[in-house]
Amino acid sequence: MDLTFTQEEFAFRDEARRFFRTEIPERIRNKVATGEHLSKDDIIASQRILNARGWATPNWPVEWGGQPWSPVQVYMYQDEMQQAHVPSPIGFNITMVGPVIAEFGNDEQKRRFLPRAANADDFWCQGFSEPGSGSDLASLRTRAERRGDTYVVNGQKIWTTLAQYADWIFCLVRTDPAAKKQEGISFLLIDMKTPGITVRPIVTIDGGREVNEVFFDDVVVPAENLVGQENKGWDYAKFLLGNERTGIARVGASKARIARIKQLAALERIGDQPLIEDARFREKLAEVEVELKALEMTQLRVVADERKRAKGKPNPASSILKLKGTVIQQRLTELMMEVVGPYVMPYQPPEEGQNEPAIGPDCAAAAGPTYFNYRKVSIYGGSNEIQRNIIAKAILGL
Amino acid sequence: MDFDLTDEQRLLKDSVDRLIADRYGFEQRKKYLAEPDGWSRDAWAQYAELGLLGLPFAEEHGGFGGSTVETMIVMEAFGRGLILEPYFATVVLGGGLIRRAASPAQQAELLPRIAQGQVKLAFAHLERHSRWNLADVAATARQDGATWVLDGAKGVVLHGDCADRLLVTARVAGARQDRDGVGLFLIDAVAPGVTRRGYPTQDGLRAAEIEFAGAGGAVPLGEPGQALSAIELVVDEAIAALCAEAVGVMAAMQEITLDYLKTRQQFGRPIGQFQALQHRAVDLLTAVEQARSMALFATMMSGHSDPTERRRAISAAKVQIGRSGRHVGQEAIQLHGGIGMTMEYKVGHYFKRMTMIDQMFGDADHHLGTLARLGGLF
Repeated sequence: MDLTFTQEEFAFRDEARRFFRTEIPERIRNKVATGEHLSKDDIIASQRILNARGWATPNWPVEWGGQPWSPVQVYMYQDEMQQAHVPSPIGFNITMVGPVIAEFGNDEQKRRFLPRAANADDFWCQGFSEPGSGSDLASLRTRAERRGDTYVVNGQKIWTTLAQYADWIFCLVRTDPAAKKQEGISFLLIDMKTPGITVRPIVTIDGGREVNEVFFDDVVVPAENLVGQENKGWDYAKFLLGNERTGIARVGASKARIARIKQLAALERIGDQPLIEDARFREKLAEVEVELKALEMTQLRVVADERKRAKGKPNPASSILKLKGTVIQQRLTELMMEVVGPYVMPYQPPEEGQNEPAIGPDCAAAAGPTYFNYRKVSIYGGSNEIQRNIIAKAILGL
Repeated sequence: MDFDLTDEQRLLKDSVDRLIADRYGFEQRKKYLAEPDGWSRDAWAQYAELGLLGLPFAEEHGGFGGSTVETMIVMEAFGRGLILEPYFATVVLGGGLIRRAASPAQQAELLPRIAQGQVKLAFAHLERHSRWNLADVAATARQDGATWVLDGAKGVVLHGDCADRLLVTARVAGARQDRDGVGLFLIDAVAPGVTRRGYPTQDGLRAAEIEFAGAGGAVPLGEPGQALSAIELVVDEAIAALCAEAVGVMAAMQEITLDYLKTRQQFGRPIGQFQALQHRAVDLLTAVEQARSMALFATMMSGHSDPTERRRAISAAKVQIGRSGRHVGQEAIQLHGGIGMTMEYKVGHYFKRMTMIDQMFGDADHHLGTLARLGGLF
């Protein structure tokens, strides 16, 4: 047992730190730091810089642009990226559809889709949830009927994040209504420009537009866009969800938020003293720091264990990472609100051409909406209750 | 970064785990509790035989030169076994103080005898008013020829009743809470002027109230009056060891409780089939895993050369252990229902040990305050 990093690992970390902090434009990183809205162009620009270095797709097979990194290096890459406020490369491209195509797609699909996904030439979104199929995802009803060389898709997806930016959507569709619910599902790639697709925004409680409803009305999809075998989509979906492992805790992002809270709490005064010198506030923050350090160590344990696991068989402990990681992220948004205090109240949505100075302290405008918005993190990707179900079954054997 | 044990560490773990499984069943432990010392001299002899009593000492002192990782392995197993012997007091605390503060001659005299199980030590430090402030020492030491004379009262001295020698903090100069002027003295536990009142603690271990009234013949470890830094280092290492013990205690509670959920039938099925209980079982596991992570962190950082970095890490770990320990202990009792409340069932004994660990060298709130004052971890 050696609980310290090696010289090589430290050198890699320094290299990553330097790269993220010098190559990704400060303008974009500042937006992430302050919780400002990122444009589609920002996201794409940042990903292309990463991709030029081969760092957009480290988790992919090496022949498709992956990196032969050790789990510790992958961890450091994510940690440094998040701490430097670099926008994560589009998750739908990199951790979701990319690995599925690389693993289960045919050569033509790999050649066609992978390089474009890596470079954000295609912006992907995910068509999984439906109005009647949230936690019980396998009950989904969007239908794909085979007609000759095509599928005809009818149905509705919901909570489709950034569908308004997307060029493509990867969908779970029902291809065999007679089969048991997990066994009649296929994994289909659909061009968002296909006639019959309608995207309708859902405004969330923070006032933002991240998620959408996507309607499919007799949408004709070439059969060649089926990934793997028909009716095996559920297996691919499980593979996909299992792939999102170590980044899920977002430890680096929480570290960055703590640094920012400290920085702002040192400027914000209550009476004659900076907020950061208030013992109660400091202890509340320290309490979260302890949880986060414990989570970081847990994550490293999961990372170290990954070497010994079969591909696509994630450590069920990664559910613990999501459980704790989300609660910590949410708690930090509460503390950020506390920093701002009553100046959390003015509602200041980002508007184009807005020239008036912001009301209240720095980051006041984002504190409330971020708190509201982050309630989502314990809901998406399998709610924390579902994560507990998974742990109860997979780890505890209950 | 590598969480795997080396072959030697694996061997150590296997042998300690086997020792606990063979020797420290719940019924066996009850017998040890009833022995005159409140623990087992046989077990103690066996620890010596296995080399556990010299584990952290250098080979020249009859030890194995084990690192903090080796101590962690042993303490976790001892936590599972809820062992009663004065291992923590003698080897971790006492041996640590000798290693960190004593002269080479003193080390050469004492460490081999500790390793052989011939000398037991206790750290007489706490005073009624001091709580967990290591610098708050009212007991005094004054020089009298070649040795020193101690006056003052020390409380809740772990295994102070059975110790052969006492390691006593006493002030040689300065005001009551000054960092300067704290000395560390070694004195025979039966020296004239030393009065001991031994008693059991809530968790079945032993402690003593000890008074020093003109107790002579004490010898200083290191420069008299400059002992605090070494004491702090040893206490931090001891806290790391306690964290490991606590992980053993918590893991045992978690496993026993899970087993109970799978076997206890109500409403015609195992109660573990109820989702409300499943989710609580998951939260229990999460609390244990978070604690385990912080025990590893404490182990990694307990020898850190920068005392402030070390302090931050150790305090953070103690916070996590305190929080997780309380949660796991209370839930373990609750999920068992009535049987968890009984003296004849083991889970309550783990709960009590866990509760006492929180009180040792600073509870969770104390360490949270320390960590906050030091600016946190990140």
